[in-house]
Amino acid sequence: MAKAQILIIDDESQILKLLDITLQSNNYIVKKAATAGEGLISAANYPPDLIILDLGLPDQDGRTVLKKLREWYTNPIIILSVQNSEEDIIKALDNGANDYLSKPFRTGELLARIRSAIRSSIMEENSPLIICDDLQIDLAERTVKRNNEYIKLTGTEYNLLAVLAKNEGKVLTHHYLLRDVWGPGYINQSQYLRVFIAQLRKKIELDPNRPELILTESGIGYRFVCRE
Amino acid sequence: METLFIYKVSKIKQYLLSILIVGIVSIFCYAFSSLISYRVVALILIVTVSLIAVSFDILPVLAAAVLSALIWNFLFIPPLFTFHVNTMEDLILFVMYFIIAMINAVLTYKIKQVKKMAEEREGKANTVKLYNTLLNSLSHELKTPISTIIGATDNLLTNTRNLTTQNRYELIGEISKASFRLNQQVENLLNMSRLESGFIQPKKDWCDIGEMIYDTVKRIEENKISQRIEISINPNIPLFKLDKGMLEQVVYNLLNNASQYTAADCTINIIVAHHINVLQIIIEDNGNGFPEEEIHHVFDKFYRLKNTKAGGTGLGLSIVKGFTEALGGSVQLENIRTGGSRFTIDIPAETASDISKKPEKWLRRKF
Repeated sequence: MAKAQILIIDDESQILKLLDITLQSNNYIVKKAATAGEGLISAANYPPDLIILDLGLPDQDGRTVLKKLREWYTNPIIILSVQNSEEDIIKALDNGANDYLSKPFRTGELLARIRSAIRSSIMEENSPLIICDDLQIDLAERTVKRNNEYIKLTGTEYNLLAVLAKNEGKVLTHHYLLRDVWGPGYINQSQYLRVFIAQLRKKIELDPNRPELILTESGIGYRFVCRE
Repeated sequence: METLFIYKVSKIKQYLLSILIVGIVSIFCYAFSSLISYRVVALILIVTVSLIAVSFDILPVLAAAVLSALIWNFLFIPPLFTFHVNTMEDLILFVMYFIIAMINAVLTYKIKQVKKMAEEREGKANTVKLYNTLLNSLSHELKTPISTIIGATDNLLTNTRNLTTQNRYELIGEISKASFRLNQQVENLLNMSRLESGFIQPKKDWCDIGEMIYDTVKRIEENKISQRIEISINPNIPLFKLDKGMLEQVVYNLLNNASQYTAADCTINIIVAHHINVLQIIIEDNGNGFPEEEIHHVFDKFYRLKNTKAGGTGLGLSIVKGFTEALGGSVQLENIRTGGSRFTIDIPAETASDISKKPEKWLRRKF
């Protein structure tokens, strides 16, 4: 497989440098842009496989840049932001960002997010079978098995697990999950989500108190993770 | 709004009380007017006004002065029941009474002003002292990790030849530890300034308390703490509607505190319960507890225990208190008789318990 190209749009030269070294040493081709203008031109001229976009840019608001990119760019976009700006992150995710990382972040985490974002953008959703360690979700049959034993799930529990697992590695916001599983009238009924996530964890996690499959992104949403 | 209202009420009360006191004293004097001369009554009234001046604001006092002068003229200076004054001597007395009452009121007011200014100055001095304490502890707490980073990187950049791989690995480890410490301190400072700004608005949403506790414990365990943490949560605990981020910070700071100031073989207990719609989180340890004479100060900003180890800004526990109160709750600290300390947090909040019990069909397959 050819090396994937990544465009970084961030005005902090130290972050650019850090990401450049980290990504290059992990076999990515890196393009850098220090302003929104530069980034938009670079993305248009050489569409990359993935864009890392900082939300706080000097010349344009990160959200505007995201919207402009999403008018034509379909590959993954990962947002970088400072901590404590949950609303910005949620907005960015709702406006088409695939994932986010809060500064300061661990590079291992960044690489995992990049891998998962690129993987899911290449992978076609044709396989009806999602296998994660000893957990097996059959989307055609609507069944879930662990070690070849069926796990008894209610319809809602199954739908919730299915949408999370289909978007493996990607954070799904509370609103997105509520709308997808319960319907548009439920987007503010976050208590349903809390309760069903807890129930689901009890059934599919080895230790429901220390979940490894369904992770909480505090204040933002949930992420289904399949450790390779 | 609230303070303004209280201020208004007390002002009105001051007027009413002033009028009432002057009235009562006047009636009393009038009852005994056959025994005492009206000139003595003037003295009694002026003493009354002086006493009022000691504890009331200037305007109610002036009102009392004017009222008492008029009453004295009307009820006591002959001819009675008129504002007429017959003799030159009485007129002088009346004017003098008025002037003395006024001077009395104004002087007392001025003394109070001076006292207030002195207090303000003292307050400012205290702020400066606090600021210096902050600078001292901050410069220590921020500069230690910064020194580590600068020193270690210098070493790595310029001394490459003499460093073994092991040395290099250790230095990088130190840089990593120092950065996390810096991040933690900056987090504390940001939280403190959020509190100080007074604009802290809890973002309420349904919170799975068990999940929040386990997540926080996971975060604290990433710091490679040596103490054991035991968690006990009532399995029937409902969802609570509150700001999860703030509560998480409260629990994190308490656990962080316990892990830093107790011995390595201590145990930290987290007990979560609820009483109707009050969430209770108890975090206790079996360490040494707090010195009794200092226990009342531990939530104060920048307060650090005497004889404590270096490091820490004295912000962690004041953030605990500030955030708990911003959440509408309270925090209590006590020493446990058998050793160790116990923090009890109570937060009243809306609960949701029975939403999941709506009957739902199982998936089509029968097992």
